[in-house]
Amino acid sequence: MVEVSTKSAAPPQAATEAVLQAVNLTKRYGAAVAVDNLNLTVARGEVFGLLGPNGAGKTTTILMLLGLTEPTSGMVRVLGLDPARDPLAVKARVGYLPDAVGFYDELSARDNLSYIARLNGLPRATAQQRIRTAIDRMGLSEVIDRPVGTFSRGMRQRLGVAELLLKEPEIIIMDEPTLGLDPEAAQGFLRLIRDLKHDGITILLSSHLLHQVQAVCDRVGLFSHGRMMISGTVAELAQRILGGGYRIVVEASGDQRAIKSALLALPGVKKIEAAEREQFVIVGDRDLRADAASAVVGVGGGLVGLDVEAPSLDEIYATYFKEATNGANA
Amino acid sequence: MAQTLELPSQSAPVETSTRGRRGSPWTGLWAVVGKEMADHLSSVRMQILEVLILLTAVGAVYAVMQNVRQTVSQDPFIFLRLFTTARDPFPAFVGFLSFLVPLIAIAISFDAINGEFSRRTMSRVLAQPIYRDALLLGKFLAGLFTLSLVLTAIWLLIMGMGILGLGLPPNGEEVARSLIFLVATIFYGGIWLALGMVFSTIFRQPATAALAGLSVWLFFTIFWGMVTSLLARTLSPVTYGFPEEILRQLQTEQAISRLSPNTLYVEATLGILNPAVRSFGILLPSQLEGAVVGAPLPLAQSILLMWPQLTGLIAATILLFALAYVLFQRQEIRA
Ligand SMILES: Nc1ncnc2c1ncn2[C@@H]1O[C@H](COP(=O)(O)OP(=O)(O)O)[C@@H](O)[C@H]1O
Ligand SMILES: [Mg+2]
Repeated sequence: MVEVSTKSAAPPQAATEAVLQAVNLTKRYGAAVAVDNLNLTVARGEVFGLLGPNGAGKTTTILMLLGLTEPTSGMVRVLGLDPARDPLAVKARVGYLPDAVGFYDELSARDNLSYIARLNGLPRATAQQRIRTAIDRMGLSEVIDRPVGTFSRGMRQRLGVAELLLKEPEIIIMDEPTLGLDPEAAQGFLRLIRDLKHDGITILLSSHLLHQVQAVCDRVGLFSHGRMMISGTVAELAQRILGGGYRIVVEASGDQRAIKSALLALPGVKKIEAAEREQFVIVGDRDLRADAASAVVGVGGGLVGLDVEAPSLDEIYATYFKEATNGANA
Repeated sequence: MAQTLELPSQSAPVETSTRGRRGSPWTGLWAVVGKEMADHLSSVRMQILEVLILLTAVGAVYAVMQNVRQTVSQDPFIFLRLFTTARDPFPAFVGFLSFLVPLIAIAISFDAINGEFSRRTMSRVLAQPIYRDALLLGKFLAGLFTLSLVLTAIWLLIMGMGILGLGLPPNGEEVARSLIFLVATIFYGGIWLALGMVFSTIFRQPATAALAGLSVWLFFTIFWGMVTSLLARTLSPVTYGFPEEILRQLQTEQAISRLSPNTLYVEATLGILNPAVRSFGILLPSQLEGAVVGAPLPLAQSILLMWPQLTGLIAATILLFALAYVLFQRQEIRA
């Protein structure tokens, strides 16, 4: 109690002010639990990635943060406000880009945005000027008066962001923003997210494509079956889950069994993931290429290839959930 | 990065506060009304119906005009005849309205809510600083205003044609009576508008909602009469053929038939547009006491006569809207 109230009453401290906060947040649909005792804090200016497979509860969490769905229990604070009690104030300062964003197809991009501007109570002149700026920034000025029905998926997505910019939000929440975009458009979109962060906007985004968003997220939370399994920076997660998580691919000819045991005996090697047809994948806590090479040569093998992969979220994710599931089964 | 891994063990109060929300529920209402009205007025769907009702009005009035021109000098309510007189092959214009208005209302409202879902605009719109209340009421009011606009235009057209064709202006009472008739027609449309919104909230498919609305409309237009007499015969059977029994059966039948908005509307229009009507249905000798048969009722008396029907129309509109409201508030918002 004390901890929370002092937090919201304290003057904004640039990097540590929590703008999004969920405490023991739970949502049940009948007997099914969509979100289970979620604890989450996002600081001002951060990009936070909510990662998890389909059905993990990401959308439900986002809807509760916005006050669009009522939590079964738990507490939500957005900019210090309760979205269930103060939805108008929250929604005036938070922009939301739903997954599969839709527009009124028969209306032009401009008309779609002016409707949103009017719903936000923006004066006409301000609205017109902001619409112009936002549309220009999203590179849609050529099509501003075309019906949105003629837009591609990528254009709709950018129009969605233009709409967010209209209300000059402090926080932007995006649900699966890269879903359905081709790789190039997705990369463009991630650049856009970085730009928004640069403008000082706090961003919460959800995704099930882990590798795609890991580059833009300051911190990520791994989500599964309504539970936040673990959260932190990508590096922290790698350290914690993979114990460093460097994967070294060794290709060697010679006595396969001897090579394998020599590699396994190396200090720093956690395990050998795969060993097939003269190829070994070692997981170690640091870059073990040099050690691996001498180990292979030491048992009389011939080194054919050597490569290292830095840890990625995909691996962290796969590993973590494999471990978590195994643990649950045991 | 200062943040470290968070462990799911923060101690904080579990607090759910659903009581009392801040800010007006009507924030953004007029933005919704404006947008929806613009949509209706520019939609092809509405334009087709407008043309249809326009043709009906012109046709009906033209047919009536042929008939009543000779009696202009004797009839003090000649303008009201424009609405009520049937002349082969045209039924009276009010008859047309009693089934065209529901059609227009359903056409306006059947995709009000589910259309936002199927276009995936619902969550985007509700993420703006407005309550659901404003969205629903805004859509309803936009429909009601559109309907009012169309009906008022038709009313003006008929009055205009009357002035041109009959060569005299309507008197004050005719204007007053036909305006009350206009209000009754608008609320009759309001019922079907609200019903369409209920269905558009219940059914996620606009086509299903449209079909459901049209089924109810067909049911009341075609089958309600049969249902009514069947029910009346079961509820108050005539076993011995006493006049009391027959009377009771007729009364039951009338009471049941008034559950239909069509009956309410027809009675209300009859009461206000035909000053000679002094009662609906069964006229008992006691009601005729002291009345000069055939003499028109004064305006105030006519209003008193159709008042229950008019309030019935308004009440049904409000009840159906409330139902749509409750359903919509409970609905899960998911793109
Ligand atoms: N209205 C609802 N009724 C019942 N269950 C629901 C409802 N909405 C979502 N769920 C369930 O809640 C879980 C979480 O869904 P969701 O938040 O959409 O996941 P995600 O966005 O991570 O894919 C899913 O198992 C889903 O089936
Ligand atoms: Mg989702």
